[in-house]
Amino acid sequence: MTTATLAPATVPADAKVTWWRVVRSEWIKFRSRRSSLIMLAAVVLVFAGLGLGFSAFLSDTTIEPGSPAPPGGPSSLDPLGASLGGVNLAQLLIGTLGVLLVAGEYSTGMIRSSLAAVPRRWPVLAGKVTVLTGVSLALLVPTVLLTFLGGQAILADKGISLADDGVLRAVLGTAFYLAGVGVLGMALGALLRNTAGALTSVVALLLVIPGLTSLLPESWSDAISPYLPSNAGQAFMSISSSPDLLSPGAGLAVFVGWLVVLVGAAAVLLRRRDA
Amino acid sequence: MIDVANLSKRYGDKLAVDDLTFQVKPGIVTGFLGPNGAGKSTTMRMILGLDAPTSGTVTVNGRRYAEHRAPLREIGALLEAKAVHTGRSARNHLLAMAATTGIGRRRVDEVIDLVGLHEVAGKRAGGFSLGMGQRLGIAAALLGDPKVVMLDEPVNGLDPDGIRWIRGLLRGLAAEGRTVFVSSHLMSEMAQTAEHLIVVGKGRLIADVSLAEFTRQASRTTVRVRSPQAATLRDLLVGPDVTVTSGEPGLLEVTGLTREQIGDRAADAGLTLHELAATEASLEEAFMTMTRDAVEYHGDTAQPVPAGRSAR
Repeated sequence: MTTATLAPATVPADAKVTWWRVVRSEWIKFRSRRSSLIMLAAVVLVFAGLGLGFSAFLSDTTIEPGSPAPPGGPSSLDPLGASLGGVNLAQLLIGTLGVLLVAGEYSTGMIRSSLAAVPRRWPVLAGKVTVLTGVSLALLVPTVLLTFLGGQAILADKGISLADDGVLRAVLGTAFYLAGVGVLGMALGALLRNTAGALTSVVALLLVIPGLTSLLPESWSDAISPYLPSNAGQAFMSISSSPDLLSPGAGLAVFVGWLVVLVGAAAVLLRRRDA
Repeated sequence: MIDVANLSKRYGDKLAVDDLTFQVKPGIVTGFLGPNGAGKSTTMRMILGLDAPTSGTVTVNGRRYAEHRAPLREIGALLEAKAVHTGRSARNHLLAMAATTGIGRRRVDEVIDLVGLHEVAGKRAGGFSLGMGQRLGIAAALLGDPKVVMLDEPVNGLDPDGIRWIRGLLRGLAAEGRTVFVSSHLMSEMAQTAEHLIVVGKGRLIADVSLAEFTRQASRTTVRVRSPQAATLRDLLVGPDVTVTSGEPGLLEVTGLTREQIGDRAADAGLTLHELAATEASLEEAFMTMTRDAVEYHGDTAQPVPAGRSAR
């Protein structure tokens, strides 16, 4: 009796799993979770709010460019670093979002439904990475641009122009860096399959380990420190060339290398491990 | 059609599934029966490709599940625990699952109506009762109008009305020519829905029989005999194919002889009987006896599968 309503007419004969269908499925998953939308809004607000705040701080005439920033800000206050200074905190928020989008599927058991629907498995991870990257770039490129312009407007005479050498690269690089940290969180979430462990790893990789390298002998720290993801990112997010940092191009390559290795490892383990 | 051949799964030093071989055929409801921990859920996870077998193979409609291009058309499954993100609404969960194969909103609304979740489809799945969660899982299983429907303990948490509904649903799906594979640890439930039974215990196959055959085997009658001269009577009755057990002084439970045979022998020997009654073992008892034996059998003849052997 009940099965009379099983009408195959509404099920397409060509019900194959395709790349775009998996991306669409991941997009539905993404937008149907209120917490991911709240996290995204928090990334935007924190980044813009802190950037404008640091710019206002620097615009005070008694503060010289190059002096230390307030807690949570960039290591030294220059017009670019101040307006983009929200990146330090915003990266933790978007990294958390990345972790939650993957590890949340493991903690709820949703991953078994996801992998049963897409038994090749790797498209599930690739679809998540695509959706998060697309959404965060679409949101962060305008956010970072407007925050930079707003910050320079506040700085007035002290400000710099988007047309100045390397500034546009640094501005777009910041949006790319943040999107990349979200992907990094996803990869760690998929590798560790556990929210707490993955969050700890994000914080360790971005904040704790860079701090610890300064305790190493200088020759060691010089060999390691520039290649950490946060410092590689710093290389293409700043315009002042520092001996401690790679060149912008090398920094970008190293940062992308981290993402490729971590996402690749996560995809391999996703295929191999029992769900 | 599900084809399981020499399937084994080892977790650490525990052999959860031990050399299982069976087929699940289309057109009937096949019950997958065994006590808790018998390896039913592990077997179902391997059928779906969620766990990789330690050895052996399993195919769905002739292919490994992961090789199907349209997996939701081939097999729809309800897994043991809730496999739903608690923060998402039932409708969005189904929309996301359906989207992977291009199935649209109309079909999602259809399965929501089919399982009776229409009024709560917009609510967070995390707030669902166990029964509602089961209905959502069944809705997800039916999304792709699959040739094989596999449900792990579907009656768990359902109310009597829901249980009756699911029995009708399963029979209807089988009548449409689909393969229907349903696990349970309750013999009484399987007796109501299944035509064929695959019985497992401690990961091993115990029986692969039709329900009719199982019932025939199970309905061996036991005769209760009460006599003041029970010890003497016991010596008269025992023999090949006859077992006599005694639960309390003066009471014998005899299998292998009819009431008439026992009464006649007692009369010939001039023994007094106070009670002579045949009791038919229930299917549940037969099932428990069967799986208990299998556990002992398993302990005697365990054949360890070489560790580290991999199917792929």
